[in-house]
Amino acid sequence: MLKSKTFVKKTRSGGVMKIVREHYLRDDIWCGSEVCSECKQESTVLQRDACIESNLCPFPHYLVPDTNVVLHQIDVLEDPVIRNVIILQTVMQEVRHRSAPVYKRLKDLIHDKEKHFYTFTNEHHRETFIEREPGESANDRNDRAIRVAAKWYSQHLKTPEAEAEGLRVVLITNDQGNKAKAEESGLLVYRCEEYIKSLIANPELVDRLALSNNEQNEISSSKVLFPEHLPLSRIQAGIKSGTFLQGTFRASRDNYLEATVFVQGEGEDSTEIILQGLQNLNRAVHQDVVAVQLLPRDQWVAPSSVVLQDDVFNVQKGERGKVVGIIKRNWRPFCGMLNVSQIKESTRHLFTPADRRIPRIRIETRQASTLAGQRIMVAIDGWPKHSRYPNGHFVRSLGSAGDKETETEVLLLEHDVPHQAFSQAVLSFLPKMPWTITPEDMVKREDLRQLTVCSVDPPGCTDIDDALHCRELDNGNFEVGVHIADVSHFIRPGNALDKEAANRGTTVYLCGRRIDMVPELLSSNLCSLRSNVERMAFSCIWEMNHNAEILKTRFTKSVINSKASLTYAEAQMRIDDTSMNDDITKSLRGLNKLAKILKRRRIENGALTLSSLEVRFHIDSETHDPIDLQTKELMETNSMVEEFMLLANISVAQKIYDEFSECALLRKHPAPPPSNYDILIKAAKSKGLEIHTDSAKALADSLDVAKVDGFSYFNTLLRILATRCMMQAVYFCSGMDSDFHHYGLASSIYTHFTSPIRRYSDIIVHRLLAVAIGADSTYPDLMDKHKQSALCNNLNYRHKMAQYAQRASVAFHTQLFFKNRGILNEEGFILFVRKNAIIVLIPKFGLEGTVFFDGKGKTGVNLRFDEEVPSLTVEQHTFHMFDKVNVTISLDDSNIQHQKIRMALLEPVIPGVSVPAPEVEPQPKKPKLDR
Amino acid sequence: MAGLELLSDQGYRLDGRKATELRKVQARMGVFSQADGSAYIEQGNTKALAVVYGPHEVRGSRSRTLHDRAVINCQYSMATFSTAERKRRPHGDRKSAEMSLHLKQTFEAAVMTQLYPRSQIDIYVKILQSDGGNYSVCVNAATLAVIDAGIPMRDYVCACTVGFVDETPLADLCYAEEGGGGSSLALALLPRGGQIALLQMDAMTACKGVSKVLDEVVRQHLQDVSVLTRE
Repeated sequence: MLKSKTFVKKTRSGGVMKIVREHYLRDDIWCGSEVCSECKQESTVLQRDACIESNLCPFPHYLVPDTNVVLHQIDVLEDPVIRNVIILQTVMQEVRHRSAPVYKRLKDLIHDKEKHFYTFTNEHHRETFIEREPGESANDRNDRAIRVAAKWYSQHLKTPEAEAEGLRVVLITNDQGNKAKAEESGLLVYRCEEYIKSLIANPELVDRLALSNNEQNEISSSKVLFPEHLPLSRIQAGIKSGTFLQGTFRASRDNYLEATVFVQGEGEDSTEIILQGLQNLNRAVHQDVVAVQLLPRDQWVAPSSVVLQDDVFNVQKGERGKVVGIIKRNWRPFCGMLNVSQIKESTRHLFTPADRRIPRIRIETRQASTLAGQRIMVAIDGWPKHSRYPNGHFVRSLGSAGDKETETEVLLLEHDVPHQAFSQAVLSFLPKMPWTITPEDMVKREDLRQLTVCSVDPPGCTDIDDALHCRELDNGNFEVGVHIADVSHFIRPGNALDKEAANRGTTVYLCGRRIDMVPELLSSNLCSLRSNVERMAFSCIWEMNHNAEILKTRFTKSVINSKASLTYAEAQMRIDDTSMNDDITKSLRGLNKLAKILKRRRIENGALTLSSLEVRFHIDSETHDPIDLQTKELMETNSMVEEFMLLANISVAQKIYDEFSECALLRKHPAPPPSNYDILIKAAKSKGLEIHTDSAKALADSLDVAKVDGFSYFNTLLRILATRCMMQAVYFCSGMDSDFHHYGLASSIYTHFTSPIRRYSDIIVHRLLAVAIGADSTYPDLMDKHKQSALCNNLNYRHKMAQYAQRASVAFHTQLFFKNRGILNEEGFILFVRKNAIIVLIPKFGLEGTVFFDGKGKTGVNLRFDEEVPSLTVEQHTFHMFDKVNVTISLDDSNIQHQKIRMALLEPVIPGVSVPAPEVEPQPKKPKLDR
Repeated sequence: MAGLELLSDQGYRLDGRKATELRKVQARMGVFSQADGSAYIEQGNTKALAVVYGPHEVRGSRSRTLHDRAVINCQYSMATFSTAERKRRPHGDRKSAEMSLHLKQTFEAAVMTQLYPRSQIDIYVKILQSDGGNYSVCVNAATLAVIDAGIPMRDYVCACTVGFVDETPLADLCYAEEGGGGSSLALALLPRGGQIALLQMDAMTACKGVSKVLDEVVRQHLQDVSVLTRE
């Protein structure tokens, strides 16, 4: 029998469309019951002996729940006791529209053979299909459909056979009206509570009943979740009058319900306002510029002080407020992964960004099944006030998650590192190949080709930007030259190449990949001071006596011809090998000798020697997977090169500042506030040592003497800790600041001059110096301190991001490394003690990890934290900083998006906290290749 | 909000059909007396009218004349009232032009054109109401009209669309199923010889199971269609 369904629907563009669909009614939909002999069904689901022992229904019966019962009491329905249930198609469809998770659970129930749940397609059954009557609401029609179907079942099962069994159909509903109408039509109806309470054998089921205040549980989709944003005019008026404050919204990494707004006040002072709760966050996304209103004190809530994640969320004191409007959205495309909806036909899915501070985004896509397991990019389109999540759209796929290329792409994008290939406009400013030095180039250059210049760099370095020479003069003094690649000769101010380099700011070094600041032709060829080719350089030449005192300083543009490109190890070998006496070696020895004197003098002046562990991966040449990991070693030659670079930087800084006191680009390292050292002083005190932090000199001296017998690594640990106390060094323009001091190097002035291939700051310094010595002409932007200052801000930002990206890359490769190694057992030291965790450093891998003492499956552990020492007592054992512990290291990949290294305590053994030692698996000698 | 569930776990489609069931087919031949042949067909809510003129001598430019066989001229159009939103252009758009070409190709394969050299056969098909499977309904209508006109054919052309959802082939898609995101395959056959006159696939995502669709649905239901259209 054919029926036609007609209804109207609103289209996307807002119009109203009439939709006509066919609706076939069938005679071949069977009831699914064992007792039925009429239906020609092949297999039955509902049992003949459908007995649930109940006070109310002592006879066998089938249950017919209505939609609200399924939605709210799915926990009860899942109980093994509840069997022989008829789920009507009407109910299925309603559940599907209302709640995806419940729908999924319901489907699982139906597929479970033990449960005997039968789906009856009542909407297509000739006798149970009903049409909506005029004036009847959709809900009422569905309720009626359920009653009609239940009625049909009770009539249908009135066969002699079923009568003998006493089989009946019980409708379960919580709706009073529905119940009354059903009773009227002679059905057996119970409320859910009534029925469950009547079950004899299972009193505990009652506890699982959801409290139903039936009508209020109705999910209305048009509910407004957030307060309206104020229009811009009112925000501006509010900011002017001081009722609102403007600031940058920063979401908390650890708690999605918390955020801070950073309000830049007059001059230096700035305040942070704490926001809590979805309503107060009011749809602001990380980095948006927002207007906030302060809340009165009685509405304040204390921020959560317990660490929910690895990092500590500091308990901050500050004003509380709420977002009243968005001044500027700072949305960018976000990387992350798709949470595929539980309904497989659904086209709307939630997207979880890699950055925890970004909320989940709802997107619409039809290719969800292909996108699952891939890293994708999604852009936010808007955030309506009645939506829990912002709406967005799919931008592009980056590749499958966990893939090395994909993950590298993700971390570059997430750290805002410009890494696209250089554009044609940029490349057009490159010199034409083949390139040679022309006589015009020589006009303002000194010919230093005859000098024995050589470069010393890490192995595999192709962007060599510095080279050195040293020779003895006739008067017995030394002539020392530092030659830096003349990048500013190739990159002329203001062209596309220059703008691109200024934007990139720095070359980013990741494990196994380098993202160049300037195109490769320059970075690895024309600018790189390779051996035995003529290259243009900017030279800084000193005349020194044997005590390394500078007698004369000279800067010049030059042409050099490096005689050798050495690695640190090769240079070291030449110096140590007494049999070698060629010019290069002699030059190196002279440099080394002077460097030692310079270093000693610098340390006497109070320069800090800090420590941080850096790791190096041995990368498999074919698969590019990390196969080994070791901490970087430092050799004498490292410090030799470093010493002369520092000297050149300081000399240049002085020269450009003398020449341009308003617009010199310098680098400063502010002294940290004394409170930063608290942790260091406390830590040393616990070992009976005293650290003086009055000046850099005092700190350096006390670090030198801080040693504990039988604990050789202690000093390194202390230095690592001291490094964490430091401030970030920054670029600035001399005209905009008065404090030039470089704390770490104990120098009154400093800049970056020696790496123009990989840092844009050095290019600017080169240009300034070239103007100062009359080798090049100036241009307006170079002398504009405001533009210079803006440039410094970008450079500082890029440097910070590059550092984060590098760290993230190391972290990812560390994970790759541990992925194939199972659970490792390593020795480490406690670096910090936290309220509920200790942070452990594994010197062998330069790896830091957190051992949690609470959290999943570890409740009830007795923790006492003493902030003064600091120490953490777990049950009977007290942890202090620098304690030696044994931990197991494994990769936690339960969350593909946020894989991390998981550490667990092995020794000291604390019952209930520490884990048993992992079984030592014999390491396979050599992995066999199955081809 | 969830999309439409094209095939329920119980094996019923949106409109209550099972996977391999066709929609209700009703057809009439000879609906117009002035044309040489005509037919009206309904497949569910898709309704089409086909009219055949000819064979007659080639009209318009004589250069189109073929010496060994007849020229087949097809025109496909959709009534402006055939869809939920009124159509602006009943014919002449890209889609209609493509459809006309497909019809022409289909009937050049079926009609014994060599019997009428230097002549022309016109087939005009109009969709009166559209609810999925427009192409196949048109072919079926045109076949009936050609039969009505008494033009000899190698075999009756029967056409049907097939979709593919969850590894299950669905026969004779309605509009909602066509738009449901899966792939759809339109197929015109000469059932006696088992030859394919036209095969066209539209898919958003790559269809891996074309062979499965062809084997399971088409072969199985070929006979049904041919019997129905002959009535």
